Amino acid sequence: MSSSVTNNTMTKIFIPRDTTALAMGADRLACEIAAEAENRGETIEIIRNGSRGLFWLEPLVEVETAGGRIAYGPVETKDIDSLFDQAFLSGETSHPLCQGLTEEIPYLKKQQRLTFARAGITDPVSLEDYQRLDGFNGLKKALVMEGQSIVDEVKTSGLRGRGGAAFPTGIKWQTVLDATPGKARNDKLGQKYIVCNADEGDSGTFADRMVMEADPYMLIEGMTIAGLAVGADQGYIYLRSEYPVAHQILNEAIAKAEAAGFLGNNILNSGKTFNLEVRLGAKAYICGEETSLLESLEGKRGMVRAKPPLPAIVGLFGQPTIVNNVLSLAAIPYILSQGGQAYADFGMGRSLGTLPFQLAGNIKRGGLIELAFGVTLRELLEEYGGGTFSGRPMRAVQVGGPLCAYLPESQWDTPMDYESFQAVGAALGHGGIVVFDDTVDMSEQARFSMEFCVAESCGKCTPCRIGSTRGVEVIDRIRNDENRASNMELLSDLCETMIDGSLCAMGGMTPFPVQSAVKHFPEDFNQPAPHNHGEA
Amino acid sequence: MTAVNEQMLPLVREVISGLQHKPGALLPILHEIQNRLGYIPPESVPLIAEALNQSRADIHGVISFYHQFRSTAPGKHTIEVCRAEACQSMGARQLEAHAKATLGVDYHGTTSDQNITLEEVYCLGNCACSPSVRINDEIVGRVTPEKFDQLVDELRSQTLEVH
Repeated sequence: MSSSVTNNTMTKIFIPRDTTALAMGADRLACEIAAEAENRGETIEIIRNGSRGLFWLEPLVEVETAGGRIAYGPVETKDIDSLFDQAFLSGETSHPLCQGLTEEIPYLKKQQRLTFARAGITDPVSLEDYQRLDGFNGLKKALVMEGQSIVDEVKTSGLRGRGGAAFPTGIKWQTVLDATPGKARNDKLGQKYIVCNADEGDSGTFADRMVMEADPYMLIEGMTIAGLAVGADQGYIYLRSEYPVAHQILNEAIAKAEAAGFLGNNILNSGKTFNLEVRLGAKAYICGEETSLLESLEGKRGMVRAKPPLPAIVGLFGQPTIVNNVLSLAAIPYILSQGGQAYADFGMGRSLGTLPFQLAGNIKRGGLIELAFGVTLRELLEEYGGGTFSGRPMRAVQVGGPLCAYLPESQWDTPMDYESFQAVGAALGHGGIVVFDDTVDMSEQARFSMEFCVAESCGKCTPCRIGSTRGVEVIDRIRNDENRASNMELLSDLCETMIDGSLCAMGGMTPFPVQSAVKHFPEDFNQPAPHNHGEA
Repeated sequence: MTAVNEQMLPLVREVISGLQHKPGALLPILHEIQNRLGYIPPESVPLIAEALNQSRADIHGVISFYHQFRSTAPGKHTIEVCRAEACQSMGARQLEAHAKATLGVDYHGTTSDQNITLEEVYCLGNCACSPSVRINDEIVGRVTPEKFDQLVDELRSQTLEVH
């Protein structure tokens, strides 16, 4: 080993500080790699970057070489000796964990990364890294634009809300721009607000988390631009408390951005103001619903509000408020810096731009895949995902979170865009994809949908609060083979009542996974319970 | 009022006065009290109510609405097991059953040695490396029953070292 040669320059090693990387042991790995380097007299600099989103390879360790960054993963502490022995510091590719050049890994190379262009490349809290890769270019443009021109650019992009409802972002911004703040409680003229919905509660989704942990300045920049566009000088990020790593990173990033003049009362000496604060949720799924989120931010129970009035007109503290998902706001810097049309050139039909799909659950290669709309579900499951983690046949795929349908194999060729999914009675939601193998019991999944609604309903409307409890009971009777035919009919009626009568999507969509399970997997409702599909 | 809770009230007052000026101050106040004390002593409710000019019922209503806030002391460590769909697809139901059996408690319960409180959680955002648990502020992925036992052993030996 030619350590005397490599010793002359400091080798940069990248080990992510992302939640999944940490959950797979990245912190301990970083410590032990540092210790081993010292033992061997090697000079290294460990950079704690964000994740590339290739989660099956985490912890993914990258070594910087003249030819680019070489990836090794998934690395465990037991691999450290052999990595050093096989000269990974000089970019030797012979180690079995070597994945070659990171940028050439097909899973990453085939993606169209706009929102996640910097993810995993940079140290998430380094302002220098962010600016070196186009960071704050959108903000600099926005600072010299009229609010209306900023809103027009967002309209041109065709961006639709990435939280799940897919409402056109530019229209929402226009409404807030046109609204006049009412009198605040202290009788001073009120102010407008920008609220980022970072209550990413859907199982199978982690794109918001990745933005916040890998590229927090992009969100900060997007929110600041939103504030400039509509004349709001205060922003809140409502973050779920289940994300402690994102919390830490956001707070570090906000403090640094303030210190450097990208936030505060005189942004980049423009005389313009935007202040930003992270507020934590407290384990309540319903607070991902925008009106419930606003109640929570105001310090109340997260009870859903009736709409209208829209939050754009009567929002936080009764004032005009933009409530946007993390991904919507994170798309804004690109749109401002490259132009709305550049963004609209991706995608198809009315689904423009890209969507970060998140492959999760029982899948061999789970991770984040940002692509233009229109890729089919099957391509994601097979070409990217590589089949199930368990190696068993895939049976059901839930797309869009716990309030969205389970898709059987016959629907996996559906293109991933809002309209095509709607046409088959499904939804893209926030782009989460949860895979189940053939051991899944779909009546048990249907029961869970109702049980989850029991636990998480805010309780304001009866169809959701009581309907979900009755739903669990009816499904239990079906599973116990009590009056099956009439209980199936009752379940069907109950689902219709919840869909038609609930105040918000919690009760209104909880029946979707239930109905899809009944429709596409009837065999799971026709056998005496308890049964286990895998052993059948 | 118990003597233990009474000792905590100066700290509660300090938290309230530090945060009550914020718009929508209640959640930040509740979080900070729970961060510092592990729970929100019922005796703090009237103090918060007075500071925010709200009724005790309002404050109690908010505490009881959110799954995270608790009014009794937890164990030294809290383990949250994810129950959501991505984790289900990777064996979370078996893991839940194992966790309850191993610790001898149901959700919201604390082991008899006051060491570990077991809680449920719906999604930790680690869905590509399921099933997941959170131990205090640390999230762990691909948790098999064997790995769970190992994590519990580590917590128990940590506690022994502290004592």
